[in-house]
Amino acid sequence: MSATLEKYFVPEPSRFPIFGSAALLLIGAGAAMWLNRVSPGSWMVAAGLATLIYMLFGWFGQVVRESEGGKYGAQVDRSFRWSMGWFIFSEVMFFAAFFGVLFYVRVLALPELGSGKSAMLWDGFKSAWPNAGPYAEEAFTPMAAWGIPAINTGILLSSGVTLTWAHWGLLKGARSQLINGLALTVLLGVIFLCLQAYEYHHAYAEMNLTLASGIYGSTFFMLTGFHGMHVTIGATMLIVILARSIKGHFTAERHFAFEAVAWYWHFVDVVWLFLFVVVYWL
Amino acid sequence: MSAIPHGLEHGHDHHHPSGLMRWIQTTNHKDIGTMYLIFSFIMFLSGGVMALTIRAELFQPGLQVVQPEFFNQLTTMHGLVMVFGAIMPAFVGFANWQIPLMIGASDMAFARMNNWSFWLLPPAAILLVGSFFVPGGASAAGWTLYAPLSIQMGMGMDMAIFAIHIMGISSIMGAINIVVTVLNMRAPGMTLMKMPLFCWTWLITAYLLIAVMPVLAGAVTMILTDRHFGTSFFNAAGGGDPVLYQHVFWFFGHPEVYIMILPAFGIVSQVIPTFARKPLFGYASMVYATASIAILSFMVWAHHMFTTGMPATGQLFFMYATMLIAVPTGVKVFNWVATMWRGSMTFEAPMLFSVGFLFVFTMGGFTGLICAIAPIDIQIQDTYYVVAHFHYVLVAGSLFALFSGAYYWLPKWTGHMYDERLGKLHFWCSIIFFNITFFPMHFLGLAGMPRRIPDYNPMFADFNAIATIGAFGFGLSQLIFLFTVIKCVRGGEKAAAKPWDGAEGLEWTVPSPAPYHTFEEPPQVK
Repeated sequence: MSATLEKYFVPEPSRFPIFGSAALLLIGAGAAMWLNRVSPGSWMVAAGLATLIYMLFGWFGQVVRESEGGKYGAQVDRSFRWSMGWFIFSEVMFFAAFFGVLFYVRVLALPELGSGKSAMLWDGFKSAWPNAGPYAEEAFTPMAAWGIPAINTGILLSSGVTLTWAHWGLLKGARSQLINGLALTVLLGVIFLCLQAYEYHHAYAEMNLTLASGIYGSTFFMLTGFHGMHVTIGATMLIVILARSIKGHFTAERHFAFEAVAWYWHFVDVVWLFLFVVVYWL
Repeated sequence: MSAIPHGLEHGHDHHHPSGLMRWIQTTNHKDIGTMYLIFSFIMFLSGGVMALTIRAELFQPGLQVVQPEFFNQLTTMHGLVMVFGAIMPAFVGFANWQIPLMIGASDMAFARMNNWSFWLLPPAAILLVGSFFVPGGASAAGWTLYAPLSIQMGMGMDMAIFAIHIMGISSIMGAINIVVTVLNMRAPGMTLMKMPLFCWTWLITAYLLIAVMPVLAGAVTMILTDRHFGTSFFNAAGGGDPVLYQHVFWFFGHPEVYIMILPAFGIVSQVIPTFARKPLFGYASMVYATASIAILSFMVWAHHMFTTGMPATGQLFFMYATMLIAVPTGVKVFNWVATMWRGSMTFEAPMLFSVGFLFVFTMGGFTGLICAIAPIDIQIQDTYYVVAHFHYVLVAGSLFALFSGAYYWLPKWTGHMYDERLGKLHFWCSIIFFNITFFPMHFLGLAGMPRRIPDYNPMFADFNAIATIGAFGFGLSQLIFLFTVIKCVRGGEKAAAKPWDGAEGLEWTVPSPAPYHTFEEPPQVK
């Protein structure tokens, strides 16, 4: 470690964090008002989102400039790697909570409801999955695995391949391979999201499957919805990385941002595999 | 707090904002640590006022001071404010100030993100405390926000949910910052097993935070969608289960208990060796004990739910797993005692609070063991026995350790010695009034008084009156602390670089007060 006695980069005072705090206050207070039909809640959320976008552009822009300006030494690079790993771990735990809910409901709660102990309340309730609970009034069609979801699995897995191909391009200095690979990955991500949106529309319009379709609808839309949100975030980050690659950023030796986004993208991919098996298939 | 004006000694800092903007834009770990500590003390006083209102109502049977609905809001907000606003940010404040000083780093690994971690807390506090003033009032479901109560309430509940989201973001960023700082910023030669124990306990605490804060975010998000978007996670009619909420919540909630006590163990492990003038006994076993507690904390959550319905095998598993935690905790207590054994001890305020911690926290640990025994817990669940137990570990545990650490490092932070007589007075008032407040609650609980109620059977009147007198004494005693700290910041006897002759560690090699920038060239540790 004694070889890396270069000074660790400590940034100047920054105006961006306070904008982020103001943004989240506006979004939090605004959303609470909006949900309870108090005006001007929706406007506060909009203002908060605008502030947040300003903050993200400004802050990440500054980080990119500092990085390109050569201010980040090897030790800073290690810090970034550690932090991205731990951040992804926190995301894993977030999804673990919702997967845990799905398992609990299917393995413990529903069989208990259908065991006859609650016959006094809900006589003849069958706990077979998919299930919208004993008070379900309207029938719905569950989402089948071997249509769009299977295609989406193929798309996400291929996007992992194209991303790795782009990484190889970066490592051997083939910039066009890097840029084409990233563009392909973004394209596959966008196709995935479009298909997911189509699937949601189909569920609401023709299958009567909504967020309110009992526990099946709740777990289905929350798990796939949060995953879709993370794909959106991942695709946005990929677009940034693509734009930076086109501008000539990153070298074969130093490209932490590329790797961080790649880790994130693979994480989103793995979550999808679990989703495909336990939400759609089983 | 630092007495040396910022930027003066370093020409390379070309634009340093001054006044309020200094604090809003700062990327300095000492500034941010100071803000965390001030913020947490303000929240401590706010939560304290709520507690005193609760105790005023409980002074006599019958309703005198507040209405039952408002009483429920007070108990809920007292818990949320103390846990998320006072105790947790106070420990993060210590981490900010001390970890870079103790491992020889120039700052935290992510100084800008560090600023955001702090500045997310005031918005969260505004949402939380502001919810008192919206129609329907603040959340009144208890700090655990159990469904289905939390599904039913008004806008205050939504504000509490969003406040928890924001505090969760703050905690996760803060925890990642601490993990990365400890793992990547140590001075050359400072191996992990040479690191001060406070840094070890915070490393493990930060790991717990990263693991469980997202789970809490998920839990309250499901509450939010159940409330407004028609989902049925916690509604049996839709195939969900209200007990499910308790499982998800306590999967967060039990590690959370250790999030609030492990850094306290760290502070005590710094203070006791200093004033016993002996190295910490069993350093390695302390590290392993801390890690064991953290791992076990993920396997014991359902001991909070013995009465909500669980198979006997489940109860047995969670009961024995919980009792297992007494082993590493016992290792720690014995190590602290062994550190003091034949030491040349003196009892300045930090040591008083640490020894007080040892006595009173251990009592809280024992009542915890009693609560862990499923057949007994079924009798005392939701009674004042439980209230007594967790205040023994949270107030006499976490809070006393915080006071101990504050007196211990105040000379380093301010450059002045605090008034020792006032510090001692603060300790004796605190520990006496603390026991007057909370010891009778054991008897109340065993006699069957339920918690979270504004009125009670007249047979509980005497002990409640005593507890209320103790609570007001305890609350007023904290003003001694406030006065002592202000006095210490404003002046007093100049502190040496190492004001405690038994102290060891890198933080005592820099002058007091610690300069605005320290260890820009990493020190060599042998």
